[in-house]
Amino acid sequence: MIIKTRKTSDVRSSEITPEHFFQQRRSIIKAAMASIAAWQLPAHALVEPQGNLPAIPNLKDSGIGGGLSPTEYKHVTSYNNFYEFGTGKDDPKKNSGAFKSRPWTISVEGECDAPGEIGIEDIFKLIDQEERVYRFRCVEAWAMVVPWAGFSLATLLKRFKPNSKAKYVVFETLVDKEMMPGTRRKILDWPYQEGLRIDEAMHPLSMLVTGVYGKELPAQNGAPLRLMVPWKYGFKSIKSIVKIKFVEKQPATTWETMAADEYGFYANVNPMVDHPRWTQAFHRNIGEGLFASRDETLMFNGYSDEVADLYRGMDLTKFY
Amino acid sequence: MPWWIRKTIAWVLLGSPALYATYLIATNDLGANPLETLTDHTGQWTLRFLLLGLLITPLRQLTGWVSLIRYRRLIGLFAAFYATTHMALWLFIDQQLDWRLLLEDVLDRPYITLGFMGWLLLLPLVATSTKGMIKKLGASWRKLHRAVYIIPVLGVVHYTMSLKADFSLPILYAVILALLLSFRVWMRQAR
Repeated sequence: MIIKTRKTSDVRSSEITPEHFFQQRRSIIKAAMASIAAWQLPAHALVEPQGNLPAIPNLKDSGIGGGLSPTEYKHVTSYNNFYEFGTGKDDPKKNSGAFKSRPWTISVEGECDAPGEIGIEDIFKLIDQEERVYRFRCVEAWAMVVPWAGFSLATLLKRFKPNSKAKYVVFETLVDKEMMPGTRRKILDWPYQEGLRIDEAMHPLSMLVTGVYGKELPAQNGAPLRLMVPWKYGFKSIKSIVKIKFVEKQPATTWETMAADEYGFYANVNPMVDHPRWTQAFHRNIGEGLFASRDETLMFNGYSDEVADLYRGMDLTKFY
Repeated sequence: MPWWIRKTIAWVLLGSPALYATYLIATNDLGANPLETLTDHTGQWTLRFLLLGLLITPLRQLTGWVSLIRYRRLIGLFAAFYATTHMALWLFIDQQLDWRLLLEDVLDRPYITLGFMGWLLLLPLVATSTKGMIKKLGASWRKLHRAVYIIPVLGVVHYTMSLKADFSLPILYAVILALLLSFRVWMRQAR
């Protein structure tokens, strides 16, 4: 009689992957690799610089979003929300003539070991700038594709050594009644405030933006430094940042405070969760004229592969 | 001045927002979001002409310019025209006749429900705006046309609810509307 004893290193038959599963896995991995490659390969050159602001020095091509075709510069820089300059979509460009983005310092404070300040010139000097073409989806159901210049938010945050209590990051926009005429009226609870969970902030796609179309940001687009989180609605991507703070508790953010049922803290682009006043399943592309196609909005604005893991297990209809 | 000249001037003035919009379309100058521009434009002029229509009676009584009444129907019809264009933009261009989305909009979104109701209420008024209908309906015509007091209320609430911040314009409309409506109440009590 043969008594079969098992060594711990023996492979149990239940551990053997059936071949069709194995093949299936290969193909999934292959597809995943291909999509990562498509996302990272520098398949395109830098976009043709536009506008007459100073060029971003040593701008490199990240290859991100190479397949997307950007919205025209004139639309990107003349149609947006920036209530500090007025509530109309053309107000930011019209009313930002007096805005000066120099000198400019950003103070970084709160739960970190090396709080301090950093000037915009130092940011250009110390941090490599790269171009990334991102989809932009406004909560108002319109969308653009924008070639931003900047760098990963994490690169800046790490310089200030956030500690273990840094669970969230809060950002603040400048308030200046002289340069920002919209702030003379209390339309919003100035200063504009936004926040991210620390893992969202440290995600490589979360970007601090210094320029657009190869040149420095115009005032209306949030000069000299703004946030860009491409899988969230545009209002999360706070402009003209003067303060960054690491905090332990989820911060109150401007639009959530204004109307919590319409604008959540997470504000992830999600075609399944409608805004109370319109559907989020579709959006209209800016620059396509009166009969612009109505496109289906993608989960996380098309960045699911990169960011879905951040929200695993969360009820996104509750945390919208 | 002969009546036909006055009437032509009135047509041109009341139609100028439409002419302006046509000009913007022709010159491709509607901005980055043409649908939004046109929707706002037609909505604004609907409200303005509804309020202008309500201004005729007080103005006649305060100034003694009695013949003003001859412009009131035209103003009302133009308000209905801008409201219909506003509706059509939503129906054909925004929702692209997707009935599921249209129904969802009308049933689930109170500001659209109110705007839609206001537009519906305008229709019988347009249909009964001819001299023949005025004669035929007699006293009930007056009753029916009291809807002109409700429609701008629906319109202003619809506009207010469609915004997310900065309510200065709808507040201005609301104040004017309140003045125009209280004039009626005041006249009634004075009688």
